[in-house]
Amino acid sequence: MCGIAGFLSQRPLATDGHLLLERMVAAIRHRGPDGHGIHVDGGIGLGHARLSIIDIAGGRQPMASADGALSVSFNGEIFNYLELRDALARRGRRFRTQSDTEVILHLYDEMGPECVTAMNGDFAFALWDAQRKRLMLARDRMGVRPLFYTQRDGALFFASEVKALLAVPGLSAELDPKALDQIFTLWFPLAPRTPFKRISELPPAHILLADDNGIVLRPYWRLSYPDAAEAAAWDDGPAEAIAEELRALLLDATRIRLRADVPVGAYLSGGLDSSITTAAARTFVNDRLRSFSVTFEQAEFDESDHQQAMVRALGTEHSALACRAADIAAVFPQVVGHGERPILRTAPAPLYMLAKLTRESGFKVVLTGEGADEIFAGYDIFKEAKLRRFCARAPQSRLRPLLLRRLYPYLPALQGQSQRYLEAFFAVAPGDLDDPLFSHLPRLRNTAAAKIFFSKALRAELGDYDCLAELRENLPADFSRWHPLNQAQFLETQYLLPGYILSSQGDRVAMAHAVEGRFPFLDHRLVEFAARIPPALKIRGLREKHILREAMAGLLPTAIGDRPKQPYRAPDALSFVAPDAPDYVGEVLSAPALRATGCFEPSAVEKLLAKCRAGRIGGFRDNAAFVGILSTQLWHRAFACPHQALSPSLPSAVA
Amino acid sequence: MQTDIAAQIRAFIADNFLFREDRTALADDESLLEAGLVDSTGVLELVAFLEERFNIQMADAEIVPENLDSVRAISDYVTRKLREALAA
Repeated sequence: MCGIAGFLSQRPLATDGHLLLERMVAAIRHRGPDGHGIHVDGGIGLGHARLSIIDIAGGRQPMASADGALSVSFNGEIFNYLELRDALARRGRRFRTQSDTEVILHLYDEMGPECVTAMNGDFAFALWDAQRKRLMLARDRMGVRPLFYTQRDGALFFASEVKALLAVPGLSAELDPKALDQIFTLWFPLAPRTPFKRISELPPAHILLADDNGIVLRPYWRLSYPDAAEAAAWDDGPAEAIAEELRALLLDATRIRLRADVPVGAYLSGGLDSSITTAAARTFVNDRLRSFSVTFEQAEFDESDHQQAMVRALGTEHSALACRAADIAAVFPQVVGHGERPILRTAPAPLYMLAKLTRESGFKVVLTGEGADEIFAGYDIFKEAKLRRFCARAPQSRLRPLLLRRLYPYLPALQGQSQRYLEAFFAVAPGDLDDPLFSHLPRLRNTAAAKIFFSKALRAELGDYDCLAELRENLPADFSRWHPLNQAQFLETQYLLPGYILSSQGDRVAMAHAVEGRFPFLDHRLVEFAARIPPALKIRGLREKHILREAMAGLLPTAIGDRPKQPYRAPDALSFVAPDAPDYVGEVLSAPALRATGCFEPSAVEKLLAKCRAGRIGGFRDNAAFVGILSTQLWHRAFACPHQALSPSLPSAVA
Repeated sequence: MQTDIAAQIRAFIADNFLFREDRTALADDESLLEAGLVDSTGVLELVAFLEERFNIQMADAEIVPENLDSVRAISDYVTRKLREALAA
C-alpha cells in the first residue's frame, strides 16, 4: 500500500521532471512513509511512496522488468499474486523478488492491458511500456484505491491523491460547481468528475492508455445483474447450496486478504459485517487476533456492548477508541484535507482517529466489513424501497403503511412520528414508480433540500443543471430490466460505495495514517456471485442480509447473527458548536469567509449556525447542510485559498 | 388575531426551515413537505414551537400533515385550538 505519482509528456516538461516528481511524491508521503522512489526517463516519470507490506526487502518501486522495457509504480495489493506467480513460473517466467509488484510486470508482458482481468485485488497502478511508448493506468474493480489525473500543456499527470497534482506548476484548485451540486444531492461527485475543475478521477474498473495518439479510457469489468425474469430462477434451487457457496467464497476472500509480511488486524464495529470478517479471519490465524473499534459517548451512536460481546466470543485482543464530539471537531479540518472533497457527514472523522490508533498499535493492515450492506442488501434504504413499492401497489390499504414503523428503529425523530406523517415521508408520487432512481428518491430529495443554502451566484452558474438527470443517463442499458432490489443495490455499489464509503470514509482516512483496509466482501468473485442470488434470499420479509446470516450463522454468537442493522453514524453538526469549539468553525462560517468562497448565502448560514448553537438542530437536512457547508469552506481553505490556511485570522480580500 | 398567529408561524419557519431571505415568499398554502423544508425532525421542532409559543397541547392524533403542512393549515389549527381553550 502506497502512493503513486507520475507524468507522461510528449514534449520536454517546462519544469525539471525529477524535481516535480519529488514534490508530487512528498505531497502524498503519508501514504507510504517507509521509503520512496523516482524514475524519470525523458518524457516519462514514475514516483512512489512506499508502505512495505509484502516482500519488505525486495518490493522497492518503481520496479522495472529484467530487460528494462516495463516499469511500474503500484499502490495496493494483488491478493491472488501467489497463484498468478505459480502459473507464470510454470510457463517459464523467472522472478527476482517475492513481491506482487513483479507479478504485474510479468502478467502485463503476457497479456497486455487485459492483465487486470486476471488480478484479484485492490490496486491503482501506472505501467510504462517503453517499446510501445505507452502508459497504462488502472484501478481495481470496486474502487478501493484512488487514482486521479489531469492533462496540461500536452502532458498527462497522475497521482493517488489530488494534492500531488496540485504540485504541477500552473495547476490551481478551483471548485467545480457541478461537483458541489452532486455532493449536495448524491453525497459525492460522479466519477470522473472531482470537486477540482480540470482534475479527473479514473473511475473504478477502468484502464487508461496514453500514447502518441492520445488517451483512451475504457472499463474492463462491470457490475451487472440478471434480468428480473431470471433473477428469481435460483428460488427453486436449495437455499442451503447458495449459502454454502457463499460461505466458501467469503472464507477464501478472507484467506487471501490475510497475505502480508506484517501482522493483519481487524476493525470490529459490533455489527454483523465486521463480526463476520473477524470471525472468518480467526479461522486462519493461530495467534490471538488484534481488533479495533470506535465508541461514542451518545447511546444513539454507540455500539460498545455489541463490540464487547464479539470480543468475548472471538477472544480478540481489543482496543477501543473513545470518540467525543469535541474530537470530531478537532480533527475535521485534517479529515477534509485528506479526503479532498466536501462531505455531508462527520462519519469519516472517527475512522480517521481509529486509523491513528491502529497505526500507533503497530498495525499497517486491517480487515474491515464494508461492502456487505451493498452486495447482500443490508441498508435500510433497500427495505424502505421495498415497503414504499408494497404500499404504492395498494394505495387504499390501511394496513400496509403500518409496516413503515419497522424502518429506522434507531432514529428517534422518525419513530416519534404519527402514522400519517410516516406515510407522508415515504409517499410515492405519481411517476416515482417508473423512475430508475425510485429506491433512492426520498434520500436524494432530503439531501438536495440542503441546497437551499446555495448562494445566488452559485445557483445562477448551475442554471438548470440536474445531476439526477446526469445520473439517470449514466445507468447501463440493461438496468431497466433488473429486479428493483438489484437496481437499488447497483446504485449503492456502483456509486456511493466508491464515491463516499471507500474514499472519504475508507482509503483517505486510513491512508492518512498509512493504514491499509482490506475488504473481504469486495472480492469480485463474491460480488459477482451475490449479484446472482435471488432478491428474495437477500431480504426475506424485512430481514436484511438474510442469506448472509444463514451462511455464517455457525461462526457467530446468535445475538450478533440476528442483530438488526444499525448503520455506522457519528454526531454531526452538534460536534461543532460546543462552547469550547475550535476557532476555525466561526472563522470559515463567517460572512466574509462565505462571501470569499461564494458558494453559500451568508445570512442563511448565520441562521443555521444560530439554530445549531441553540441546540435545536437534529434533522437530516440541517445536519447535512451544516457539515456540507463547513467542509466546503474547509476545502477552500485547504486547497483553493491556501493563504487562509496560513493565517486564518486574516480577513479575506477575495470577493 | 389570526394574522398575528400566521406572522409568528411564518417567522419561525423562515428562521428554522427556510433560512433564506431572498427566496420567493412562501405561499400560505405551499406544502412544507413538498418544498423540502420539513423532515421528520422538523415536524417535531414545529410541534415543540407551537406548544411553547401558543401554550397548547398537541395530541398525537393531531400531529398530521392536515394540521401542519402549510402556513395556513398551521394557523387554522392553532386558531381552532385557542378557541377551544377559551370555550373550555
